[in-house]
Amino acid sequence: MMTWLRQNARETIAALALVILFAGYIAIHPRGFSTYVVTIWSNQGTLLGLAAIAQFFVVLVKGIDLSVGSIIALTNVMGSFLLNGSPTSIALGMAVVLTVGVACGLVNGIAVVYGGVQPIVTTLATGGIFGGIALLLRPTPGGSIDETMSDALTYAVAGIPVSAVILVIVLVILLVLLRRTAVGLGLYAIGSSEQSAYMTGLRVNRLKLVAYGSSGFVAALAGTYVSMVTLTGDPNIAPSYTLNSIAAVVLGGVALSGGVGSPLGAVIGALILKTISSLMFFSGLPPLAQPFFEGLILATAIALGALGVFQVRSRLELYR
Amino acid sequence: MTDATERTVTSRWLNRDRVSVLLIALGCVALLLGGSLLYPGFLKPGYILQQLQIAAFLGIIATGAMLVILLGEIDLSVPWTITGTAIVVISASGSSNPLVASLAIPLGLCLGIAVGLLNAIGVAVFRVPAMVWTLAVNAMLLGAAVFYTGNSRPNGEVPWLATQAATGRTFGIPNAFLVWLVVAAITVWVLKRTVYGNYLYALGNSRRAVFLAGARVRLVMVATFVLAGVFSSFGAILLLGYTNQAYQGMGDPYLMPVISAVVIGGTSIQGGRGNYIGTFAGAIFITLLSSILSVMQMPPAAREMIFGAIILVMLLVHGLTNKKEGV
Amino acid sequence: MADRYVELKSVSKSYGGVPALTAVDFRCEPGRVHAILGENGAGKSTLMKLLAGVIQPDAGTISIGGQTVRFSSPREAAEQGTVCMFQELSLMPHLSVGDNIVLAAPRTRMGMIERSVYREAREALDLVGAKSIPLGARVSGLSLSERQLVEIAKAVFRKPKLLILDEATSALTSELVETVFGVLRMLKEQGVAILFISHRMHEVDAIADRISVFRNGRHIETFDVGARTTDEIVGLMIGRSLEELFPPRRAPVPDTAPVVLNVSNVSWASQLVDVSLAARAGEIVGLGGLDAQGQQQIMHAVFGVLRGVTGRITLNGKRLNGLKPPRVKQSDIGLALVPEDRKTEGLIPSMSVAQNMRLAVLGRAPFGLLDLDGSSEARLQELIERLALTYGSLDDPIATLSGGNQQKVVLAKWLVLSPKCLLLMDPTRGIDLPTKAQIYRLLTDLAAEGMAVILQSTDYEELIHLCDRVYVFYRGSVAKELTGDHLTADALIAASMNVHLHAGAQA
Repeated sequence: MMTWLRQNARETIAALALVILFAGYIAIHPRGFSTYVVTIWSNQGTLLGLAAIAQFFVVLVKGIDLSVGSIIALTNVMGSFLLNGSPTSIALGMAVVLTVGVACGLVNGIAVVYGGVQPIVTTLATGGIFGGIALLLRPTPGGSIDETMSDALTYAVAGIPVSAVILVIVLVILLVLLRRTAVGLGLYAIGSSEQSAYMTGLRVNRLKLVAYGSSGFVAALAGTYVSMVTLTGDPNIAPSYTLNSIAAVVLGGVALSGGVGSPLGAVIGALILKTISSLMFFSGLPPLAQPFFEGLILATAIALGALGVFQVRSRLELYR
Repeated sequence: MTDATERTVTSRWLNRDRVSVLLIALGCVALLLGGSLLYPGFLKPGYILQQLQIAAFLGIIATGAMLVILLGEIDLSVPWTITGTAIVVISASGSSNPLVASLAIPLGLCLGIAVGLLNAIGVAVFRVPAMVWTLAVNAMLLGAAVFYTGNSRPNGEVPWLATQAATGRTFGIPNAFLVWLVVAAITVWVLKRTVYGNYLYALGNSRRAVFLAGARVRLVMVATFVLAGVFSSFGAILLLGYTNQAYQGMGDPYLMPVISAVVIGGTSIQGGRGNYIGTFAGAIFITLLSSILSVMQMPPAAREMIFGAIILVMLLVHGLTNKKEGV
Repeated sequence: MADRYVELKSVSKSYGGVPALTAVDFRCEPGRVHAILGENGAGKSTLMKLLAGVIQPDAGTISIGGQTVRFSSPREAAEQGTVCMFQELSLMPHLSVGDNIVLAAPRTRMGMIERSVYREAREALDLVGAKSIPLGARVSGLSLSERQLVEIAKAVFRKPKLLILDEATSALTSELVETVFGVLRMLKEQGVAILFISHRMHEVDAIADRISVFRNGRHIETFDVGARTTDEIVGLMIGRSLEELFPPRRAPVPDTAPVVLNVSNVSWASQLVDVSLAARAGEIVGLGGLDAQGQQQIMHAVFGVLRGVTGRITLNGKRLNGLKPPRVKQSDIGLALVPEDRKTEGLIPSMSVAQNMRLAVLGRAPFGLLDLDGSSEARLQELIERLALTYGSLDDPIATLSGGNQQKVVLAKWLVLSPKCLLLMDPTRGIDLPTKAQIYRLLTDLAAEGMAVILQSTDYEELIHLCDRVYVFYRGSVAKELTGDHLTADALIAASMNVHLHAGAQA
């Protein structure tokens, strides 16, 4: 247990921070601890949590995905066309939306793996493309989404928000897949050391595609859930999701250098961010000052996470 | 007999950069010719000069971005450095205190320096990945701007000098373009003939080797981020002179074009290689491209898409030639 | 069984025009341990990489078990039963020991890795003598020797038909080496063909059945163990006598020569313990010992790379503690360091010869303007001639040069600053013999001009033939100082292992 805590120190600290923040949020909220408050919090947290998981997959293999927000926006917009009507057509629509997400991820992956383009510029460009498609499909927010389904997925059952259940299920599945399958371990392996993984006989290129495809899939889940929560398709949500997903993985202890971290950490990071902004909303700060403090807290958290750099005893380690 | 040896031996190092510049110059010509088919005014000097004027704003901002990218880092705080500078300059210039009003432009540049220093602290001292840190700085700048302006358009005056530099003409040539030419000449010289420029390239290739060669690595890094901040602010002041107003989000549409101009100009996003002529041509290419797309009356969404697609194709061409050459 | 073997027929491989292997014919049989000997740069690593599918031959054929094969990746090679344990370790640092081993040959049921595979991984670890390493430990937290054991366990776990060990035991203690050898003998009994690359002659003697000697990318000779004396083998490896390779012995530096570098009671982290050493003007002082016993760290400590160094370091009386590389390279101090890893620390492979050569002197340009710095260009030109640098154009990427010429550029980069004390970390690793001889001569010349030279090396011959004095490191401290007649191969090896030889042992 102690070794586990030590090996996952960043996640543990992040989880503690989350508990404290959440307690603060509940204390400060005018309605206190109620199903309503927790459900709203959980729904918002699930949105960002899924976005963070999507980002996690790419970061795990040493990439960065600046198109995550755009994929979420695109799938959200598509959802606003497809997720209504008969149960069959909803199911079909869902399949289409998820396929589009995977396809977007694979486009990124193929450009990175076979095109030899750096992830950051690839996804900057594809982000423009995906976002553009979303805007073409729906220049202004709108559309309709099956309300029964939305209600079922965004309310609470027996005091437990459905969104939390969904998030936990996704997390458990992913944790098992990542830790117990050869493909999952392979993703950690190529993120940890691509060369060693290659020497060990792993199919590096194929695994990278799996990572990018999975990222697209989870981003599509996030986009779908945005549709459920907001009941509209909005092409303009991309930038905030991209920014927050990156911030969330960093806060959650996922190393941008690859190979370290877990979807759990990413989700904890996302929940921290969400809680901070909710806290701020009820904290009595002038609303106009809130964006600044959000940025400040984000920067401080990142800098605190980097304090270890002052313990480095050989300067050579600073220059890799 | 290392992999690195194996990979670089076959590359024709000197030619690669030239090929990039040639490619992008051809791209510019193709855009002009293609545009002239749609709209005959495209080849008129008046139109071209106007495009060069607009390209100057992008180009000057891209100069800073290029320095940071050469270093092997990235500056995502560009958008709100632009907006922030515009707000500072316009409010200072409109101030009732004549001293503050006369110092509006220096104050704007100071903001750029401050942002650069803040970026540098995170990246060079705390060693936070630049991508994350500069994004956080961008968020803080956004917050500060929102707080300061109360989310409304800031009032004030645009300094006369900024208007002149951005919209005036000398012997028929836009001042903005002339300013850019001067910036370009200095940048080329600095990159080639100064210690700073040489260490910048070297750092982009190998931090370790440069550190062990006894260079002041941190100083070069800090200088680069500060320069990037200054160029962003400088570009913002010209932009302010051109648009004659400052508004929330005026810098947002610049991030993607700025990075694109640098990268399709042949500068490696991993740092250490690329030349300024490429960035220069890249800025013109991007400007022409967006102008043509708007002339074609593309909806903004389609413009964004085509923009992304063209950039991706250019990157793939680079990436694949690199792969083939084994760089 | 006897028909299953590896055979290379006139295999050649070159990198960018520089030949690494030339027309090599080679074979090895199952159930035998075949040692490959050769200097650095003899082509051993290239041979291994070819067999393991990392690279493909330019010409010639490789066959395994009578069938011609062409592996395009290590994966394909492993599927055919070829498993390689590389010198540069192939472990994933952030993964656990168990995951590292299991990933090499995962067995899955419905996509999930079977738990029993981890039990087998445990058995493999126990077998190679790594009982104390838990499966759940992260590789990044292990010591070098523990990592080597994991590497070996990983290779054994894959049940190879051809096992290649490239310096696999370099960080292991002699007991552990014995355990590993036990495993190798067992595999040999089972009919596995084993290729064993090592620098340690006594290990080769202990385990190998046959020996092949490589030199300059060619297969020189193959013979049974015991058919040649050690001296004969060394002769085959270097292709000439040691006397030709090294410059003639110099007269000892008098005690009156001023001390240039003085290190006293230096400690750092847990990796340097109370180290004291000194170098006089005109001396070549060697730092020896097994790999990573603190030799590298003391160099880094002197050059200002390390933080929190205690003790005292002075150069010509100037205190260096707390000074960083940009300061210690200034002419009033005059330190220079040729780092260990040429391709990542010494050079910038993608940049040109000229750019690399100017990297250290750049900072001296007045006002930061290169155009005002004419004198160093002239000095660089002089150095190019003095070092007999062979190059196409100064604007070519440095990676197009041979390893030896690359190292000359690293030397030129520092010599242009006219240092007073030159620190060299394994400067001749992977360099061809003629260039080695040139570098040796250069070092003795520099010493004769009054420079203090500190030479860290893993090559015993180098230490014996070049140095006035050798400090042997063991676990972060100086285990022994050897001079004059005491400076012999046996004494060096004994001191490296921290064993005291007979009565002659001194403090």
